[in-house]
Amino acid sequence: MSAMAFLAGCVGFAVCAPVLGCLLAGVDRKVSARMQGRVGPPILQPYYDVRKLFGKERAALNSSEGVLVGAALLFAVVSGGVFFSGGDVLLSIFAIALSGLLFVMAAYSSRSPYAEVGAARECLQVLAYEPMLILMAVTFYLVTGSFDVSDAFVLDVPAVAFAWPALLGLLFVLTIKLRKSPFDLSMSHHAHQEIVRGVTTEMSGRTLALVEIMHWCESVLFLGWVGLFFLWSGPASVAVAVVAALAAYALEIAIDNNAARVKWQAMVAGAWVVALVLGGANVAALALS
Amino acid sequence: MGCEKKSPWVIHYDGSSCNGCDIEVLATLCPGFDAERFGVINTGNPKHADILLVTGSVNEQNEAVVRQIYEQMLEPKAVVACGACACTGGVFADCYNVKGGVDKAIPVDVYAPGCAVRPETLIDAVVAGTEVLERKARGLAACGKEGAPWA
Repeated sequence: MSAMAFLAGCVGFAVCAPVLGCLLAGVDRKVSARMQGRVGPPILQPYYDVRKLFGKERAALNSSEGVLVGAALLFAVVSGGVFFSGGDVLLSIFAIALSGLLFVMAAYSSRSPYAEVGAARECLQVLAYEPMLILMAVTFYLVTGSFDVSDAFVLDVPAVAFAWPALLGLLFVLTIKLRKSPFDLSMSHHAHQEIVRGVTTEMSGRTLALVEIMHWCESVLFLGWVGLFFLWSGPASVAVAVVAALAAYALEIAIDNNAARVKWQAMVAGAWVVALVLGGANVAALALS
Repeated sequence: MGCEKKSPWVIHYDGSSCNGCDIEVLATLCPGFDAERFGVINTGNPKHADILLVTGSVNEQNEAVVRQIYEQMLEPKAVVACGACACTGGVFADCYNVKGGVDKAIPVDVYAPGCAVRPETLIDAVVAGTEVLERKARGLAACGKEGAPWA
């Protein structure tokens, strides 16, 4: 991957992902409302929320919190740039892990007990989903012979034909990554299910707005990972991938609305068992065949 | 701007009431009345909230708590006194430890009457509160205290 392609990917992702992610979040809230028999907010509600947050009084707790959240957003954009410019999927996973780490550090920097509980839970979430993501990348490598996303376009059949167990595993940890019930331990969208506000307890105004934008970018990136399984050399490749990614998002919304939060033990154990059984078996089968 | 009106995040504090208004506040946020139509989100965090919904009267014990929640909220912010007790002290007004309505502790922008306050009244009060938010946001922008450079 050339440096130019990477830079173009980053700029493109930084422009497009917040827009798409915002619309996804809006649709999420609307669909959730309909599932609960409500009218729900306008589709652009997440955009209104963020615009409002940017207009709030500035009251950062310390000078590092905003910098760390900004850096977390930057690495989320880098991760998306790497992925959507056809780069190394492993690098994309590591960049987003760094972004997550910076976000946790931002929460810890406040020294607030509630933010620290959220940060500790966020660490547990990282602990839970990371093995499956690595195994997903390894599976992708075994199918295509390369970690590069662009090499998925030379496959004769989509990777999902050989890597469907890894896709199921990814869908499981996607619930954690997208902060959906039952695994929304560190930061829930729903109040009264939360110890104050989890990771973002001490974040306000524009810092909180950046967190929200980061979440939009992450949603688009994670759905991109789902779409990766459906790419091949055929002409309808990208369209199929987009449809599959949206279907995965719909599934996550349905799970979110039908599940209550579990304890962290269940999350870590569940994610690791899934990673070991689905991811491990998939890697073993591909390595042996 | 104008997004203050479209995204009023609320925080709910129960002073000292019979819990009737409390239950009505939660009912307002439930699917039946669907306050999220107006962008209302119930946050558990004063730092994220725009509108403080207080039920019940202010007494010697909770005055400092109400004031602290109010002070932790960032401008622009609005306060809605929900129900008779929060407005004036209600039936508890003459109790030895009750100071009176919420306005004895913090500035109140909207008074929502009722015993217990009706969800329709509450939605109306929150929507009235968003107008206060918008006015305050304009004021902040005028004195250059706003968060965003383009605000």
